[in-house]
Amino acid sequence: MTTSEVVVAGVGIHPFGRFGDRTATDLGVVAARAALAEAGVTAREQIGITFCGTAYGGVASGHRVMSALARSGGPIVDVEAGCASGAAALMLAASAIRSGQHETVLVLGLEKMPAGVIRSSFFAPWQEQAGLTPAPAYFALRAQRLMATAQLTTRDLATVVVKNRANGVANPDAMFRTAVTVDEVLASRLICPPLHLFMLCSPNAGAAAVVLRRARPDDAGAGSVRLRAAALRSHLPGDVLGEATPLSGLAVDDIPAASTLAATAAYEEAGLGPDDLDLVECQDTDAARELLAYEELGLCGPGECGRLLRDGTTAPNGALPVNVSGGLLSKGEPLGASALGQVVELVRQLRGEAGARQVDGARVALAHTVGRGANASVTILTR
Amino acid sequence: MSGVAVRAGLFEQTDAGVTLLGDRCRTCDAHQFPRAGICTLCGAPDPVPVQLAATGTLWAWTWVTAPPPGYDGPVPYGFGVVELPEGLRVITRLVLDPDVAPTVGQPMRAVLDTVGTDPESGHDLVSWAFSPLDASVGL
Ligand SMILES: [Zn+2]
Repeated sequence: MTTSEVVVAGVGIHPFGRFGDRTATDLGVVAARAALAEAGVTAREQIGITFCGTAYGGVASGHRVMSALARSGGPIVDVEAGCASGAAALMLAASAIRSGQHETVLVLGLEKMPAGVIRSSFFAPWQEQAGLTPAPAYFALRAQRLMATAQLTTRDLATVVVKNRANGVANPDAMFRTAVTVDEVLASRLICPPLHLFMLCSPNAGAAAVVLRRARPDDAGAGSVRLRAAALRSHLPGDVLGEATPLSGLAVDDIPAASTLAATAAYEEAGLGPDDLDLVECQDTDAARELLAYEELGLCGPGECGRLLRDGTTAPNGALPVNVSGGLLSKGEPLGASALGQVVELVRQLRGEAGARQVDGARVALAHTVGRGANASVTILTR
Repeated sequence: MSGVAVRAGLFEQTDAGVTLLGDRCRTCDAHQFPRAGICTLCGAPDPVPVQLAATGTLWAWTWVTAPPPGYDGPVPYGFGVVELPEGLRVITRLVLDPDVAPTVGQPMRAVLDTVGTDPESGHDLVSWAFSPLDASVGL
């Protein structure tokens, strides 16, 4: 293992859910303390730099956590990249180590989302007044197009929910820990056809933390989890239903998605490809989003996502389990924390510490987020 | 329909009906909506202002059943994408008959739709929408 390589020295998480008066700082403290303890980081001088991913946390979110831990003093930088905020922080942290500037870096992700529909400053007020900003409707339009190009049914969409909610039962850090049936999903309230309530993830609160460290000679023997790629990309112009949510786009269907750009970059950075993967955590903001990710990440060819679902490939005992954590459909989505929550899950899987969720023999894992901006991230970890 | 536009410069009502106001790029020839100082596809400056076609085809549709943040108009309302002959796909409200399922590819025409009340004038706040070409709803 060369010294430019990056290992995961520690991970920590505060469960995702709704916690009343507890602040995002409170949650971040829990996650950061656990990750620092696991990494054996005991002094503030050991933390070269802290990056904190958050979308709604406000000014100095990272500082508030580090102050509460009495670990401030070094540089602390908040990072906003929508749903990919935590992954963006991870990318910067890896760069800080690879550049030789820092030995050990703390990466935080935290969020306490407003309950219900989320208001963002992304749109102009007139777009809101005109009713042109309904997030679930954009998800629904994307789902409808995917259903047409990949020959999917609403039962397929419901099956994604059934799979992920069943996975979430075994995850103590998830918000929803009850299984659902296809009929229950289809009987839940129709929000924006074809999407029903249970097909949409819930905004909530949570935090996750990762300590990255420059690899040492003894890391190989110790079986340390390596961070092999942390790629972040934005959208190309012209895709009317891309996560950038423009008001118009071109009447063409071959504009690469931000997720595809991130995946391509991550596979190149890691020297690995989709065939090497043992498990994936991907963005399941809604049920169709997971299926679209199968195609964007190259897990299958165009139009083939339904097959991966129906033949059990992405089931927990399949050839390529997807969202064994339960996904955002079970965990909920605290924007700034969700990407690092995926990383925490995958690190535990690669260490063989995932308990009832353990994917046997997992050695190569990929995490994916995508959301407004557009921002898309792909992270690859190996053991 | 009288009323105040949600924003000036987005659409026009003419004898031929409602048209959206877009641009055509002098360099890459792509159209865009709404108008902007540059082509948002290739970055070339000073695109040519054009009136976009008043009719197109439905490309995707759904219903919005709960008001999104900052929206005070009626729900439910149709929402989707219409493809215009200029090679452009436009995000739009849809004026649909709730009892008739729309079909992707069906002809649509631009109309005006009331989206709330202008707080200053008390007049209707109006935005563009698309409606099935053969229906009598809308304008
Ligand atoms: Zn151009």
